[in-house]
Order: sequence, then structure tokens, then C-alpha cells
Amino acid sequence: MSIKTLDNKALAWLKITVFLLALFPLCKLGLSAYFDDLGANPIEKITRTTGYWTLSFLLITLTITPMRRLSGWSWPARLRRMLGLFVFFYGSLHFLTYLVLDQFFDWTSIVNDIVKRPYITVGFPAFILLIPLAITSTNRMMKRLGGKRWRTLHSLIYLIAVGGVVHYWWLVKKDITNPLAFALLLAVLLGIRLIYWLRGLLKH
Amino acid sequence: MAIHKIPSIQSSEITPRELFYNRRQFIQLTAGASLTALFPQALLAGEKFANVKKAAGKLPDELTPFKDVTSYNNFYEFGTGKEDPAKNAGSLKTRPWTVSVEGEVLKPKLFDIDELLKLAPLEERVYRLRCVEAWSMVIPWIGFPLAELLKRVEPTGNAKFVEFISLHDPEQMPGQKSASLNWPYREGLRIDEAMNPLTLLTLGLYGEVLPNQNGAPIRVVVPWKYGFKSAKSIVKIRLVEKQPVSSWMAAGPNEYGFYSNVNPAVDHPRWSQAKERRIGEFLKRPTLPFNGYAEQVAQLYAGMDLTKNF
Repeated sequence: MSIKTLDNKALAWLKITVFLLALFPLCKLGLSAYFDDLGANPIEKITRTTGYWTLSFLLITLTITPMRRLSGWSWPARLRRMLGLFVFFYGSLHFLTYLVLDQFFDWTSIVNDIVKRPYITVGFPAFILLIPLAITSTNRMMKRLGGKRWRTLHSLIYLIAVGGVVHYWWLVKKDITNPLAFALLLAVLLGIRLIYWLRGLLKH
Repeated sequence: MAIHKIPSIQSSEITPRELFYNRRQFIQLTAGASLTALFPQALLAGEKFANVKKAAGKLPDELTPFKDVTSYNNFYEFGTGKEDPAKNAGSLKTRPWTVSVEGEVLKPKLFDIDELLKLAPLEERVYRLRCVEAWSMVIPWIGFPLAELLKRVEPTGNAKFVEFISLHDPEQMPGQKSASLNWPYREGLRIDEAMNPLTLLTLGLYGEVLPNQNGAPIRVVVPWKYGFKSAKSIVKIRLVEKQPVSSWMAAGPNEYGFYSNVNPAVDHPRWSQAKERRIGEFLKRPTLPFNGYAEQVAQLYAGMDLTKNF
């Protein structure tokens, strides 16, 4: 076994470890809620935390391909589906927090938000677009769609990532430090892909 | 998540909690007593006021717990996070402190904070506080009408507006090391708004001297306007002829207007103002025009287009 190609046992352990680590933010939030330690505005705290981790997992997922290419390791790709599903998981929690805790099914307010508030106008479709990607994440769906179509569909993730970062940027009142950090990371991750793509074009 | 550390001190060596607090209490009491002997009014954050006239009319609203009032604050001088001020405001020194009242006045004066504490009888006022971010609290403030101070400096006929300038000292206010806003923080009111009996020059809350994170040692509270209009840690009050430009107006002219009256009908460009979340409540409640103080202040804006003058 080399670090380039982990054997199945090592990979299984790695997957379990990543899975448990990915649940850590949720556990922390749950514990804080249990100990009444979410501050004066718990709903805001839950919204912010789930949103933050959605974007974080999105960026982590987008790191997989560049990491594989730059390092030559093959195993990171084996973690990509799970990480992608965690994007959907935290995104769903974020959306449900808004729907249930924040708006409590006030559909008029929700529609108004989607139409009138630019940060929700971009955030809402970004979340909705995650749904087909989650549904088509199984091996069976991959086969049914065929590799090429599947890849085309899943390249939506780039649009979703841009939408997510813009959502965060537009919602912040003044201090854009955090959204700026996400934007820069995303720019680097997309930039690497662009370089590989351009190199591919030149070769042909 | 709490990380459990192995205690490096033997448990037998730890002072029992009760004893520890008794000792602290004793030090506080003696320190307090000697301070009071030296300066009868030299009150510091956390100390209780004596002789405060209790609030006359009671709001039907329940008070927001002291813990929430003092741990969830927008005070960018100490950081842009809501929990930053409570964490960082310890570096603010509230003594010595002076407030210069100047500009279009016959008798400009530099007031010492201890003089301001005695300037007029202190009253408790229970006000709703509506933040522009659509959350709200109910807070028992302590102070006296700003008009009491302004009358003493005798504004001239040219005094059309009042500008409040907060402390600018990045050493004491670490948030000022970043350019999140144009420092010092500036706010303003029209002279009739400033003279309105609801506008409170505020020195305390919950019977205590203002905690640092709530704008110590002296701030204004303008309950019918969004929270950011109520300038904190004020060092200068200028009476001026022209409408001042506030820090938030400079930061986002299409988002923050000079008036910034609480108005459920005029949305902030990025969120609705129709409802608000009262801290401690689950369901949002409808926001009231002028934050429920329309009876006292709506006439100040008679004939004005409040959509334009937001």
C-alpha cells in the first residue's frame, strides 16, 4: 500500500473518520442547543452556523479534484460523493432552519424574500439546484444517466458554489472578511480548473 | 465543544466557591465604599444607582433578560460579531470622561461625566429597542431627557441639528483598528427630535451603571428609530446648522438614511422590516410604526414622505 493508492481497508477507515468529522459541527450545535448556549438569538446562530458549514463543505468538495491532480493520489476522489452529500445535508439544515425556525412557514414572507432580497434570490436557487445532484449521486443513477450526461449535470456545482458565496457576501452588512475568504478560496479552486482546461485545449 | 482538561491543581488546594466569592464581595464592598467616600458619584459599570425614579407607564412587553441585553450587541468599535462587544469592551476606560457640548450654542461647555450624572434627576425608562436587522429587545434604561442637557448650553437659532460623536481610540476600542466604518462613529438628529422628551441621555440600564458593551459611560437612546441611531460612548455633542452625515449613511447611502425611523412599510433593501424577532421569542411579531411610539413622535414628520426620507 502506498499513499497514492490506499487499500480498501485503509480507505474504509478514512471514510469513517471523514464521516464522523463531518458530523462534528452538527454535534457541536446540538450540544450548544442542549446546554442553552446558543446566545441571545439562537435561530440566527443556527442559521449562520449551518450556512457556514454548507459553504465550507462545498469548498472542501471542490478541493478534491485539484488535490488529486496536483498530488497524483487517487483516493481523494473516493471521498468526493460523501463530502458532496454533506454539502446537501448542511444546506438542507440551513434551508429548513429558515423555513421552520425563522419564517415558520410564512409563505408570503418567504416568496417576498425570494423575489425582493437579492441574497435570498441567489441563495434559494443555489440550494434547489443541490437537490438533483444529491438524487443522482448513487451508482445506479450514474449508470442510468451515463458518464457524460452525469458530468454535465454535476458541473452545476460550480454555479451553486458561486451562488452560495454571493449569497453570503450580499447578506453581510459591513464586515466582509468571511465572505471574502470564501470568495478567494473559490477563485483559487476554479482558477486551477481553468488552467487545466486551457492546458487540455492547447494539447489537442 | 467543551474540551475537558486534566486539572493541574489538586482539588484540595482549590478555594471553595463560596469562600472565593465572599472574598471578592468583600473586596468589592470595601473598594466600593472607599470610592464612594472619595467621589460620591464615581460609579463604574455594574454598580447600582441609588435614587432612580421608577418608570411611570408600564409597557405591556416583557423585559429582555439582562444577560441577553449585555451579551448580544452591535457595537462595531469592539468587533462586528454580536458577542464581540461583551468580550472586548473591557478595554474601554470610562473614567476620566468628558463630553464637549459645542457648536451653535451660547454656552458651550465641557462636561465631566460625574457632573452629567448629577445634572438632572435620573429616571428609569422601559423602551423597546428595534435593530435595523429585524430583531428587538425591551430594556429598562436609566437617564434623563437629552433636552435637559441641551437647554443648559442654550442652542442658538442656527442649531437645526445635533451631531453625536463617539470616542475614537483604537487602543481602547480594538474594532477601530479595522476600517469597518468611518471612525469616529457619528450620528445625528434633527433638533426637535433631540429635544423630544422620549430622547434619553442614558447612563445606565437595569438599575446599574451602563455596562461597557452597551455604550458606557454615556449614550443616547432614541426609541422610535433603528438602534444604530442611538450613539454610544459619546465624547462630543455638536449643534449644527446642516444635516450631519452619519457613519452608516456614509457606509451605505441607499441602505441607511438620516431619519431611520422604525417603519414596517419601508423595507431595508436587503431584508423586510415588516416583522421582527423579539429576543427570547420564537415567532416573529409585527413591527409597529415608529416602534410603537407614533403617538409621541409621528407629528414630527407630518407632511414628509417617509419612503424618501427613510
